[in-house]
Amino acid sequence: MKKVVIALICGSLFGFGLAMSQMIDPNKVQGFLDIFGDWDPTLAWVMGGALLVSVPGFAVLLSQEEKAQIKQGVIDAKLVIGSVLFGIGWGLSGYCPGPAISVSPLIISELVWFLVPLIIGMLLARAIFGKGQG
Amino acid sequence: MEFQWQALVGGMLIGLSAIILFASMRKIAGISGMVKQVLTQTKKGVEGWWPLVFLMSLMIGTWVYSLIFSVEESLRVGYPKELLVASGLLVGIGTYIGKGCTSGHGVCGIGRLSKRSIVATMLFMVSAIITVAVVGSWT
Repeated sequence: MKKVVIALICGSLFGFGLAMSQMIDPNKVQGFLDIFGDWDPTLAWVMGGALLVSVPGFAVLLSQEEKAQIKQGVIDAKLVIGSVLFGIGWGLSGYCPGPAISVSPLIISELVWFLVPLIIGMLLARAIFGKGQG
Repeated sequence: MEFQWQALVGGMLIGLSAIILFASMRKIAGISGMVKQVLTQTKKGVEGWWPLVFLMSLMIGTWVYSLIFSVEESLRVGYPKELLVASGLLVGIGTYIGKGCTSGHGVCGIGRLSKRSIVATMLFMVSAIITVAVVGSWT
C-alpha cells in the first residue's frame, strides 16, 4: 500500500503544480514555443522552478554509482528520432502527456481526441519496436 | 522578463513531487513512462498499479486547484480535431521510442544531469518551436 499512497500524494502535488503554473493551458504552451512570433515567456519560469528543486534534490539523493551510470548513457538514433517526433506532436496541439491527463476530466470531449490517439501511438510503437523500448 | 510567481511556484511543486517520488520509491516521475507501464502492466497486486494511481492523482490535483482558483481561462475547446489526433499519435510514438517526455527527460532527466535527457529536451524543444512556427503560418 505504501507505493500507492506515495503515488497519490506525489501525483496530486504534480497535478496541482501543473494547474498553478498554467502548463494545462495549451495556448500558453504554444505561446511559449512561438519564439518567432508573439513569444510568451511565462512557462520558462515553470521549467526554472522545477529544476531549481530537482537539480539539487537529485544531486543529494543519487549515489556515486548511479551518477556514474547516468554518465554512461548513450545518445542513439531512437532517442533522437523519438524526441523529434514528440516535439512535433507537442507543438501541433500544445499538449504533452502530463497536462493533457491532468486537465482531461474538465474538458474530456476535447481531450479524448488527443489521449486515445496517444495510447494508440504507444501501442503502435510497441508493436513495431517491441516491449524493451519506452 | 516579467516575474511570474505562480509559474515559478507551480514548477517548484512539480520538482518537489519528482523528488519525493524518487526519495521514497526510487522511481522517476516520467508521465509517458507511467502511461506505458499502465498499458503493459503485468505485475500482480496493488503495488504494481502505482503508475495508474499517480496518473489519476494528476487529475485530482488539477481538479482541487480548479475548485480553489479558477482555471476557466486555461481550458481550450474546439481546437481542430485532426491536429489533436495527429498530435496525440506523434506524442505517443515519440515518447515511446524516445523514452520520455517533458517530465521524464525535462524535469527528472535534466535534474539528474543526464546527457541523454539534455539532448532529448533540446531536440523536442527545437522541433516543437519549428512546428508552432509552421502551424502558425498556416492559421
